[in-house]
Amino acid sequence: MMLNMVQALNQAMHGEMERDRSVVVLGEDVAVDGGVFRLTEGLLDKFGPERVIDTPLAESALVGASIGMAVAGLRPIAEIQFMGFIYPALNQIISHAARLRNRSRGRFTVPLVIRTPYGAGVRALEHHSESTEAVFCQIPGLKVVVPSTPYDAKGLLIASVRDDDPVIFLEPTKLYRAGRQELPDELYEVPLGQAKIVREGEGVTIVAWGAMIPLVQKAAELVEKDGLFPEIIDLRTLAPLDRKTVLESVQRTGRLMVVHEAPKTCGLGAEIAAYVAEKAIFQLEAPILRITGQDITVPLAKGEDYYYPSPERVAAGIKKIMES
Amino acid sequence: MIEKFDPLKGERFQVLSEKGQANPEWEPKLSGPDKQKIYGLMATTRAADLKALKMQRQGRMGTFAPSLGHEACQVGSAFALQEKDWTFPYFRDLGTYVTLGLPLKYYFLYWIGNEEGMRIPADLNIFPISVPVGSQIPHAVGCAMAMKSRKETAAAVVYFGDGATSEGDFSEALNFAGVFQTPNVFICINNQYAISTPVRRQTAAKTLAQKALAFGFEGIQVDGNDALAMYAVTKEALEKARSGGGPTLIEAFTYRMGNHTTSDDASRYRTDAEVSEWAKRDPLERFKLYLKTKNLWDESFEERVQKEADALITKAIADAEATPPPRLEDLFIHTYKELPPDLAEQLSELRDSLEEERK
Repeated sequence: MMLNMVQALNQAMHGEMERDRSVVVLGEDVAVDGGVFRLTEGLLDKFGPERVIDTPLAESALVGASIGMAVAGLRPIAEIQFMGFIYPALNQIISHAARLRNRSRGRFTVPLVIRTPYGAGVRALEHHSESTEAVFCQIPGLKVVVPSTPYDAKGLLIASVRDDDPVIFLEPTKLYRAGRQELPDELYEVPLGQAKIVREGEGVTIVAWGAMIPLVQKAAELVEKDGLFPEIIDLRTLAPLDRKTVLESVQRTGRLMVVHEAPKTCGLGAEIAAYVAEKAIFQLEAPILRITGQDITVPLAKGEDYYYPSPERVAAGIKKIMES
Repeated sequence: MIEKFDPLKGERFQVLSEKGQANPEWEPKLSGPDKQKIYGLMATTRAADLKALKMQRQGRMGTFAPSLGHEACQVGSAFALQEKDWTFPYFRDLGTYVTLGLPLKYYFLYWIGNEEGMRIPADLNIFPISVPVGSQIPHAVGCAMAMKSRKETAAAVVYFGDGATSEGDFSEALNFAGVFQTPNVFICINNQYAISTPVRRQTAAKTLAQKALAFGFEGIQVDGNDALAMYAVTKEALEKARSGGGPTLIEAFTYRMGNHTTSDDASRYRTDAEVSEWAKRDPLERFKLYLKTKNLWDESFEERVQKEADALITKAIADAEATPPPRLEDLFIHTYKELPPDLAEQLSELRDSLEEERK
């Protein structure tokens, strides 16, 4: 069936709830309303109010209660309405979800998925364009997942629900309805922790994720006429990071670019650049290049294009790195 | 009895007078041996707490939060729990652990500085302690939501202090509990101080118990130095929770006789006069007077209780101190179910550099 990312994620939740009675969905407006982006549409009718739960408007208790549920044997999928509203729950995520396994030396685990739309490029109001994935990548015990296609979205969400550790599942808002893909009806997993080379190439490796993937692909098309064929890696899981795939590719191509929409300073690009520099600096033909959002608050609609990386900006970056 | 004590009117539930006389209207039905057992648990808690303090001063234990003065509210309430119930303790809950049967070794091991002390044995439904104030309250609510959805007849109890009632998690979690009518018992140990800050600087409300009313369920203030009152109220709240009657907030009105932690000096913020006033209401002494009225206490009983407690504590400390420190890999392998490759790489790099240092 041809599905967009919203439908793919919805199908994954339907499938997992049907397969496993311990899977529950909770969040603000997820039941009767089916979620503000309709991700959870139809779940209430099919699985009832015991398993599809509209909660009071309280993100910390939403995540905190999900932790209690997970410890008591459920596998909750908690929806945070927008990434910009996840911050009240940071204490629960960082102090508890991420640490309970370690604190109890394995007696208690938190099989919890926290789903949230994230990222800019959709002309949204303030707090609806956040891309603070790096905050979560630095927390031991958390997994951070970002799909860029409907196929991966379904398979990664299924793998996340089945994972025994807490997963922050970031859904690029810009890609929710950006395109359709033929998807198998059955439940399948895209394994966590595995990056994917989405375009084989030479001369430069571009590492990106989420909404940057189609944008980087566009940039690659733009530089084809210049005889440039960059390799593109979609990380898919940001934590734990698939360093091997990145390093092997860079060792083959000799150059590294990282593209992300999050601010540059302490963005995940910094870690990837540092890692590659540590392991392979003498195999590099050119300085590492990062094309990212800026260290400023994401602008509102009228200023968004200045902030957001464009295919042209990435294409210029490719040319620049290939010249050195 | 919960509905009969209105926190808005300043009514406080008590069974034992300060002279140890039981009010026959509210005296719970407990066998003689059970009453003696409660006393034994309180005495063990006190002895273990005082021993821990000594060890901390000797440098054998890290910073910890003493439970002195909380024996009645912790032991009395926990004594009402059943095996299937869940407990979410806070960081000053020695009496709760002792009553629920967590081997004392775990307590000492944890505060010595070894995470193994929070590997709660699989047959005990006790959560590891939560240090960020009040952040464990939503966990108990989620646990209760899960129990309710499985139609289990069990409840989830969570302990926290008076300071926790100012935290957002307290309000968010109790609000969830009210909305979802969860089988929860919230036990607020109001010991009058959050480190140095007195209750009157935490809230303008007359009692903490009355906060439950805004969330749509019952709250009751209890004499927290009265083990029988704590037992009776917790038992009723648990039965209500298990039978679908929803949550209850219990405010145990008590006093922290010791410092906040071993790093604190309470004389900076409270007077000797105040402390000695509360010392007269000692929970153990009161229960001893009660046992005497029932002919359940004499010198030989006391001697036996102290001897058993000492033996238990001595063995627990010996076991805890004999436990080897964690291996290097123990610090890594509980981060995820499986060690991811990048973490495995860090572990191996750290091991190499440690070996290098030793050369």
